[in-house]
Amino acid sequence: MESDLLKKMLRDMLLARAFEERAAQAYAQGDIAGFLHLYPGEEAVGVGVLHAAEPADYVVSTYREHVHALVRGVPASTVMAELFGRKTGCSGGMGGSMHLFDRERRFMGGYAIVGETFPVATGIGYAIAMRELPEAVICFFGDGAVNQGTFHESLNMAALWKLPVLFVCENNHYQIGTEIHRHSAVAEVYKRACGYRIPARRVDGMDVLTVHQAAQEALAQIRAGNGPQFIECETYRFRGHSMADPGSYRPRVELQAFEKNEDPVKIAIAETAAAYPSAEQIAAVGRDNIASLAGSLHRGGHISTAHLDAMQAEVAAQVEEAVRFAAASPEPTLEDAQAALDCNRQGEVLV
Amino acid sequence: MAEAIFYWQALNRALDTRMAADESIVVLGEDVGLYGGSYRVTEGLYAKYGEWRVRDTPISEGSFTGLGVGAAMVGLRPVVEIMTINFALLALDAIINMAAKIPFMSGGQFPMPLVVRMPGGVAKQLAAQHSQRLEQTLMNVPGLRIAVPATPQDAYWQLCQAISSDEPIVLLEHELLYFSKGELDESRPPPPMHRAELCRPGRNLTIVTYSRMRDLALKAAMQLAETGIEAEVIDLRSLRPIDWDCCVASLEKTHRLLIVEEDSGFAGAGAEISAGLTERCFAILDAPPRRVAAEELPIAYNAALEAASIPQVADVVRASQQLCRS
Repeated sequence: MESDLLKKMLRDMLLARAFEERAAQAYAQGDIAGFLHLYPGEEAVGVGVLHAAEPADYVVSTYREHVHALVRGVPASTVMAELFGRKTGCSGGMGGSMHLFDRERRFMGGYAIVGETFPVATGIGYAIAMRELPEAVICFFGDGAVNQGTFHESLNMAALWKLPVLFVCENNHYQIGTEIHRHSAVAEVYKRACGYRIPARRVDGMDVLTVHQAAQEALAQIRAGNGPQFIECETYRFRGHSMADPGSYRPRVELQAFEKNEDPVKIAIAETAAAYPSAEQIAAVGRDNIASLAGSLHRGGHISTAHLDAMQAEVAAQVEEAVRFAAASPEPTLEDAQAALDCNRQGEVLV
Repeated sequence: MAEAIFYWQALNRALDTRMAADESIVVLGEDVGLYGGSYRVTEGLYAKYGEWRVRDTPISEGSFTGLGVGAAMVGLRPVVEIMTINFALLALDAIINMAAKIPFMSGGQFPMPLVVRMPGGVAKQLAAQHSQRLEQTLMNVPGLRIAVPATPQDAYWQLCQAISSDEPIVLLEHELLYFSKGELDESRPPPPMHRAELCRPGRNLTIVTYSRMRDLALKAAMQLAETGIEAEVIDLRSLRPIDWDCCVASLEKTHRLLIVEEDSGFAGAGAEISAGLTERCFAILDAPPRRVAAEELPIAYNAALEAASIPQVADVVRASQQLCRS
């Protein structure tokens, strides 16, 4: 792992966490309304996958997509402005939290109907395959979405025509309030892809390195012409389904355990921080792997506490600036709404 | 030069002409390729353009229509065929939640050059699940345009225009019209896709209709003429938007409105036409608008019941006479 890439991923995870916590605050203050689905706990998935993608790749996402957009390079200011419903938002204030779009960055939207990302991604993949381009589509979805018909229909078509789609399941174990063993006959989501002969694997979605490596390998397969690939990332959301959800259906001890031991940001910091392996780590790995573990930590690390603090201050400032930008931005008008609807009318005047 | 061809041939000609000119046009649907389409509309295209441009899909209406949406977002011009409109209920999420809303909710960033073609209406004893239309559902969706061609010429024009458009367009075809013949002149310049056609001038009442009911209305108008009633007949050609100007101009002359639709009347297309024209023409109407529509029943398999459930020429004649007496 290159040190630069690791630092970039850590920075994006810190930005993601800071952005979402600030959005929650703005929601509580009444600046953001509607449904707001936050990402804390799941950062390693979006960051790991999207850092493995190329700028020419397309991203199709769900209603929990702020961080996907941010990592894709959509400025925090225009994402926050969209959450505020302002004209300067990345969807002009028409979409809101669940419908972020950025054509230039090939961010093909957040979709608020569970299971819609599959056909959209498959269609983009169809266009890529037909034109024989070296591009791929990344299709995000949650564990609840795999019970929709579109999951099965789209995976079938993607496999049948060998479309360049990377299916990424963000398995946070809850379909809103229903735990996966209560909503899925097969709780190992990746196994469902096997029914369509799509290579699939399950990875630790709390570890950004693991996710990144899996996504890199899958994208390499796609670019080699081997058709769609599937990664299930096991993760956990620290907050409720949305800001409207107190999350009372989850055992408190479960949430605490994840927050304490599985926080992906803490894991990323630990992986990035300059450190020699502890005696316990060395003992756990065993003698043969000592050299490789020490080597990878050396290569991957070299970030000082001061550097980490500076990074955190930088993302905090960026998020505050985004809030200032959003709050100062104008509201869209009804004329703007009509223009958005008529954007493809080519000037034709109707009756 | 004009020639008499079938409605399905006109659609086929439109697809072929446009596909030859534009490589980004792809046709998707069940049995559109090797089989040539269940109503022959895509006949010959698979051999000519290959499987990537004429794609036989699995029976997955929701996802292959959604696939069309995704492909349209990145510059293809998909023409999705849903074998019959009855199956489009499974694709409504793609049509309504995706195709109609993505251009808007992205703040105008994404074009949606998607055409969804679907045959519908009451055909011949296909029973309740294969004998309906959905215009009333789709008409209520801002962001969609709906064309309802009734003649081979309109089928050709409106499909060509729909393919060229960057807006999502639903083409509602009629199963009984595919093998009806009419003149097609490819060289004639088309009117705008949403423009209504005044197909018969008259002075005593205006019959506003669309799709297969156009023929019925024209036949009724001929019978009415024998009894001294001159009906003006307007084929709307488009249900969203509706060409109000054409209808208003006619009502300024006739002062009486009859709407003929094949579907059930309750909350149907005719209700919107009636409301829209009443708002615009209340002061000049000599009688309340009247609708001839299907019974409030699912369509029965039995042939006599099927015929009795939907408007016939005699129903239109009778309603016109009553309207002119009121």
